[in-house]
Amino acid sequence: MDWPHTIVDREAWHQAAERLRSTEWSLLGLWGEPGVAHMAVMQAGQCALLSLACEENRFPSIGRLHAPAIRLERAMRDLYGLEAEGSPDARPWLRHESPYPFLPVEGESLHQIPVGPVHAGIIEPGHFRFTANGETIVRLEQRLGYVHKGIESLMAGASLEGAAKLACRVSGDSSVAFALAFAQAVESALGVEVPARAVWLRALAAELERLANHFGDIGAVCNDAAFALLHAHFGLLREHVLRAAGACFGHRLMMDGVIPGGLQRDLPADGERVLLELLALARKRFPELVEVYDDTASLKDRTVDAGILSPVLAQQFAAGGYVGRASGRKFDARRTPGYAPYDQLQFEIPVVQAGDVNARVWIRIQEVGQSLGILEQILRQLPSGPVCEPVARHAGEGLALVEGFRGDVLAWVRIGDDGRVERCHLRDPSWFQWPLLEAAIEGNIVADFPLCNKSFNCSYSGHDL
Amino acid sequence: MAIAIDLLVQLVQMSVVLALAPLLTGFVRKLKAHLLRRQGPPLIQPYRDLLRLLRKEVVLAESASWVFRVAPYLVFAATWVAAALVPTFATGLVFSYAADMIAIVALLGSARFMLALAGLDVGTSFGGIGSSREMMIASLAEPAMLMVVFTVSLMAGSTQLSSIAASMQSPEVGLRVSLALALVGLVMVAIAENARIPVDNPATHLELTMVHEAMILEYSGRHLALIEAASYLKLLLYISVIACVFFPWGIAVSGQGAAAYLAAIAVYGVKLAAGGFLLAVFETAIAKMRVFRVPDFLGAALMLGFLAVLLLFVTRAG
Repeated sequence: MDWPHTIVDREAWHQAAERLRSTEWSLLGLWGEPGVAHMAVMQAGQCALLSLACEENRFPSIGRLHAPAIRLERAMRDLYGLEAEGSPDARPWLRHESPYPFLPVEGESLHQIPVGPVHAGIIEPGHFRFTANGETIVRLEQRLGYVHKGIESLMAGASLEGAAKLACRVSGDSSVAFALAFAQAVESALGVEVPARAVWLRALAAELERLANHFGDIGAVCNDAAFALLHAHFGLLREHVLRAAGACFGHRLMMDGVIPGGLQRDLPADGERVLLELLALARKRFPELVEVYDDTASLKDRTVDAGILSPVLAQQFAAGGYVGRASGRKFDARRTPGYAPYDQLQFEIPVVQAGDVNARVWIRIQEVGQSLGILEQILRQLPSGPVCEPVARHAGEGLALVEGFRGDVLAWVRIGDDGRVERCHLRDPSWFQWPLLEAAIEGNIVADFPLCNKSFNCSYSGHDL
Repeated sequence: MAIAIDLLVQLVQMSVVLALAPLLTGFVRKLKAHLLRRQGPPLIQPYRDLLRLLRKEVVLAESASWVFRVAPYLVFAATWVAAALVPTFATGLVFSYAADMIAIVALLGSARFMLALAGLDVGTSFGGIGSSREMMIASLAEPAMLMVVFTVSLMAGSTQLSSIAASMQSPEVGLRVSLALALVGLVMVAIAENARIPVDNPATHLELTMVHEAMILEYSGRHLALIEAASYLKLLLYISVIACVFFPWGIAVSGQGAAAYLAAIAVYGVKLAAGGFLLAVFETAIAKMRVFRVPDFLGAALMLGFLAVLLLFVTRAG
């Protein structure tokens, strides 16, 4: 991927904020390292990187003009002590030390419902503070950072192999997406040419991951409407995908399969047969289940019109994945900026405007269909040859944008002369989706929150870093 | 001597409902699991749960008052007494002369009232949510239930379940539209009262969507065991009421021999199994409705009750 890296001054930094506000550019990421602030933006389908040296650890706030940057700036201060001048929200975000001041709520007959960080179900920790008027939610405020692991500090100084392992573990459900983003960034930094077979097999792994997660999500949304039937059947489908992934890549979640330079290992001898069987099964079962979803009026009654996210907000926050595409934002990192082998594959990017829970389920349903098609094409055209290219050890800087199941994963890496990672930032799509959940839930009833939340299915681990 | 036998029947009946109630819940859970192609917990799991809870210590919230501690006993007692008033396998229960169907509604209403108080008592937000939702449901479910009671009582000329069951078995009742409407209304009320899908989800872990479970979130140990036992009993009670009023065949009449009683118990078991089976199938085929749709659902039950009573007078006049 070609991407210009510009060292900017405060004036140009401020102008970038203006451009972001006018949605001329969209924000891909905002992160720091000691003394420097970095910002990745997308302008007319091209990624660009801006860096600003922070005198006295201060930089002009982007969040003041462009709200999606606020949480990123708060995280920058917590992690690197970089102060955003004029930021509208100076509270800590990832750092949990002092008692957290929630936003004040005033008004008659309002009450607050604190939920989490420990939940009754098996999900990750996060705190939700609801302010409700009876059953109607007036405001939701999220408090995240409970699974902060210090990934960026662990990355600094790590060997490429170690860093690739870490990248896999940023968010376990997107292990391939993160590993792929990291590997592409490293390859762009070091100028590595990845063998063709590895490029195709990486796409295969990425689509398997998308399938498994979409199956799981569709079932889980139904389960939150107490429709356990579809949950059970989609769970079964997901299990088939995971087993096929385990047979082909040696790990059910395909951890450590993708490494800088290519793949850890080639498909086993019976890999293609396993995958063809999986595709045949999914092609047969999936339409039947979709029909059940579509024909169950009581289920549709819950999902239609619940948790509507307006297209304006989706555009402003540059929301990736099904969240954005269900609210009219036609963006897919596989197309724009695009990467191999997707330029040689036929697939559609489904987009709808409704923005409700049903729309997010439908986007997933259609993406499953597209992924099945992509997998079939990959299996037909899979080139032969080696799957790994040795990686040279020298300094370099790389940026990559990869489409995970949740949305676009951004990876930036700077490698030192010794071939070790100097700095690495991995930005989960959830950074721009969590705030939208707060907006989408407003005016809904308390009892519909689990359903809306599941339809977003944001990552806690990927966000908390 | 006759009184002694009647007392014995009453006692046997009270023990039978208590003994069977967990099995019925276990049966429904097992069936639901099978419908989802899962193995499911063993049939006797509810008994084990109760035993486990009874052995565990009670953890009380600091803000809990005596209301919270007393409520489980009252809830269980009221529900058990109500269940004892329903002829399950034999009519002519001694207790049923002391209390009728309206008393059953009142007993269940008191149990619910205590539980809602207990939910509010600890002062957690989930308890409050649960109690307020439960009361919203109750305010429609109870009148609907009463309308159904009026319908069948007007037909049978009595509010006593034993007499109603006896009169429903007699040939002059026949098929009537009112009966069908009342049956549908009662089934809807039963679903809402027992916190089943689509009104509530007994298996959910999502605190924000709970109704019944939200009220009892703070309970533990023997308190929780009593409340769980009461909800098992309540499910059995409603299926028994439906069976006894609308499908009274096979109920033993007072004064018959031991063989008749045994046969009646077997028939009763079959009825319960059929009720549990229908419940499991229905719950699997439907999603939970939005909380604010519940009044529509119960409003329909209430209207059906009204219509049933109305039609009764219209057809009688004709």
